Amino acid sequence: MCALPRSVRMVAWFTALVVLVGSIACNPGGGNGPNASVSLQGAGATFPNPLYQKWVSEYGKAHENIKIDYQSLGSGAGIKQLKEQTVDFGASDAPLKDDDVKTFSGEVVHIPTVLGAVVITYNLAGVTQPLRFSSDVIADIFLAKIKKWNDPRIAADNPGVTLPANDITVVHRSDSSGTSAVFTDYLSKVSPEWKEKVGAGVSPSWPTGIGGKGNEGVTGQVKNTPNTIGYVELAFAMQNKLPVAPVKNQGGNFVEPTIDTVTAAAASFAASTPEDLRVSITNATGAQVYPISSYTYILVYKDQKDAAKGKALVDFVWWGIHDGQSFAKDLHYAPLPADIAKRAEGKIKSITNGGTPLKS
Amino acid sequence: MSAAVENGGHGFGRGYSNWRRVLSPTGNTGDGIFRILMLLVALLMVAIVLAMVLALAADAMPAIRQFGFGFLTARQWDPIKGEFGALPFIYGTVMSSLIALAISVPFSLGIAIFLVEQAPHYIARPVGFLVELLAAIPSVVYGLWGIFVLAPFLRVYVEPALAKVFGWLPLFQGSITGIGLLTGGIILAIMVTPIISAVVRDVLAAVPGSQREAALALGATKWEMIRVVLVNGAPGIAGAIILGLGRALGETMAVTMVIGNRAQISPSFFDPAYTIASAIANEFNEATGDLYVAALVELGLILFLVTFIVNGIARLLVWNVTRKTGGVGRAA
Repeated sequence: MCALPRSVRMVAWFTALVVLVGSIACNPGGGNGPNASVSLQGAGATFPNPLYQKWVSEYGKAHENIKIDYQSLGSGAGIKQLKEQTVDFGASDAPLKDDDVKTFSGEVVHIPTVLGAVVITYNLAGVTQPLRFSSDVIADIFLAKIKKWNDPRIAADNPGVTLPANDITVVHRSDSSGTSAVFTDYLSKVSPEWKEKVGAGVSPSWPTGIGGKGNEGVTGQVKNTPNTIGYVELAFAMQNKLPVAPVKNQGGNFVEPTIDTVTAAAASFAASTPEDLRVSITNATGAQVYPISSYTYILVYKDQKDAAKGKALVDFVWWGIHDGQSFAKDLHYAPLPADIAKRAEGKIKSITNGGTPLKS
Repeated sequence: MSAAVENGGHGFGRGYSNWRRVLSPTGNTGDGIFRILMLLVALLMVAIVLAMVLALAADAMPAIRQFGFGFLTARQWDPIKGEFGALPFIYGTVMSSLIALAISVPFSLGIAIFLVEQAPHYIARPVGFLVELLAAIPSVVYGLWGIFVLAPFLRVYVEPALAKVFGWLPLFQGSITGIGLLTGGIILAIMVTPIISAVVRDVLAAVPGSQREAALALGATKWEMIRVVLVNGAPGIAGAIILGLGRALGETMAVTMVIGNRAQISPSFFDPAYTIASAIANEFNEATGDLYVAALVELGLILFLVTFIVNGIARLLVWNVTRKTGGVGRAA
C-alpha cells in the first residue's frame, strides 16, 4: 500500500467513495412486496386533501398491496399532470371546461367525490347575532359599491341589528384557489355587473380589498382586523368556529351553510345535471339550499392502459363514493346526494381497459 | 513526488504526458486534480445561472411574444381576461425592499458598532448570538408573527400616529388596516437586520486595531474614531447591505402574509401592494393556460433581472466609494 504514490491512493479513495455513495443511492428502497402490489399516483386540489389522505390511509389498511399517493399541488397542477399522464388520477374542484377537455389525449371521466361550500365570515365588533346577506349585497360589497357597514341595504337584511358607520374592508384569497373560483362563479350568476367587470376564475382581478394567502391567511386577517368581511372554505370555518353568515338563496330564505344545506344544493340540481356530471351548483333553487356550494372531482382517463392499476383505481374511487362518504362529515365535507352517487357509480363502471369494463 | 511522474509515465506516450502537465503544473497530481475539481464546481455555478435564465426565457416566450415590452409597463393583472402587466409587482418588490433597507441599515450599523466598539465581551457574545439566531427563524414564522402581532400593533399604534404627524404626505394617507406595503417593509427590515448586522460586525472587527489607536492617538474622540473605522469598512458594509437587499428582494412567504397582495401602485404606504415573489408563489399552483403560466415565469425572469440591476448599481456605488477613499477602503 505504501508503495503506491499518494495521488493514486487519493484517486482510489475517491473512486471508492463515489462507488459507495452510488450504490447507496441506487439501492431500491426496501424489499419487494407481494407480486400483486400496485402503486397509484394522484395529484390535484388542495381543498379535499384532508379527506383524500384519510381515504388513502383507511383504504390502505384494508388493502395492503395497494399503495396510493395523493399530492395536493392544486387543481391546476393536478389537471396538468393528468394531461401529461404523470399521475394515474387528477383532482379538481372545478370540472374541466369544454376547451380543456379537447386538449386531453383520451376521454376523461369526472367523478364527484364530496361537496364543499364557501362561507362568508366577518369581524364586526358589537354585533352578536349572525349577520345575514342577500346575494346582490355580497356582490356589491366585493365590487366596492357598498362601502359602509351601516349601508341601508345591509341594514335591510338585518332588521334590529345596530350597524356601525365604519368602512368595510374586504379580504379575499391572494393565491389562486378553487374557493375563489366557486365564490366568483356564484357572484357572476347573481350580479351581471360582477360577471361583466370581473368574471369567474381561480384568480380574479379583485376590485377591492386585501389578499390573504390560503384559508388561514384570510382568516388571520379577518380575525385581526376590525370591520372586515371575507370568504373561506366551509370545512375551515367549522374547524375554526368562525362566525358565518346565512346567505339568502333563490327561494328567498336566509340559509346557514351546513353539511345538510350543501348536500341539498347538489340534490336540487340533480335533474339538470348533465350526463358527464360537469356542473356548477351555485345559486341553487330550493327552500333550504345553501347557494355557494360546489362539487370536487376526481378525474380519470376512461380508457386505462394498465389493467392492474386501472382495476385498483376503480376499486378505490368506488370505495370512496360508498364507504368513504362516512368520513366526509367528520371532516366537514358534505356527502353526495343519493341520486348523484348512483350516477357516479355509472361513471366508474364506464371506465375500461382495452374495452373491458374494470368494475361490473 | 518524482516517483509519481515516473510510475505514470510509461506506456502512455506523449499525449499522456501533455495531459499530465495540464493536470499538474506544479508537478503534483493531487494539486492538479483538486484544481480541476474546483474549476468544475465554479463553472457549474455559472452554468446553473445561465441555464436558469435560458429556461425562464424559454418558458416565458408565449408572454414575451404576446406583450413585448408592454409587459413591463402595463398595470393590469387579470388572469380571467388574459391581461398581464408587471409594473405593480416591480413597484411592490423594489419599494418594500427600499423601506426595509431604510429601516434596517441604521439599526444594523448601530448593532454592529455597539457589539464591536462598545459592548463588553460578556454582553457582546450573547447579543451577537441572539442577532444571529434571528436569521435562522423560518420566514413563515415571521409571516405568522406579522399577521397576529405586528399588523395589529401597527394598525392600533403606529399607523394612526404616522397618519397624524405625516398625514399631509400622500405616503401616509388612506385607510388603516395594518396590512400593506409598510407592514411588508417592516417585516423585511426585521428579517434582513441580522444578516446585515452580522456581516458588518465581522467587517468592523476586521479593521486593524492600529487604525483605532492612530485615531485616538491623534486626539480623536470615540465617535470620531468610530467614523474612521466606518470609512475603512465602507466597502464591506456596502457588501453587507447588498446581501440584505438580495434577501429582501427575493423573500416570499413572510411578505405575502402581510403585504395585502393587491396588484396596484398606490402612493400610500398603508395600502396593499404585491411583490413578484409573492405573486409567483400565490398563483403558480393553480395557473392554467399557457399564457398565464408564461406571464408568471416572465415575472420570475424580471425578478432575476431586477436583482441583477440592483446588485449592479450597488456594486457601482461600492466601487465609487472605494475609488474615492483610495487604499484605506480595503479593510473588508
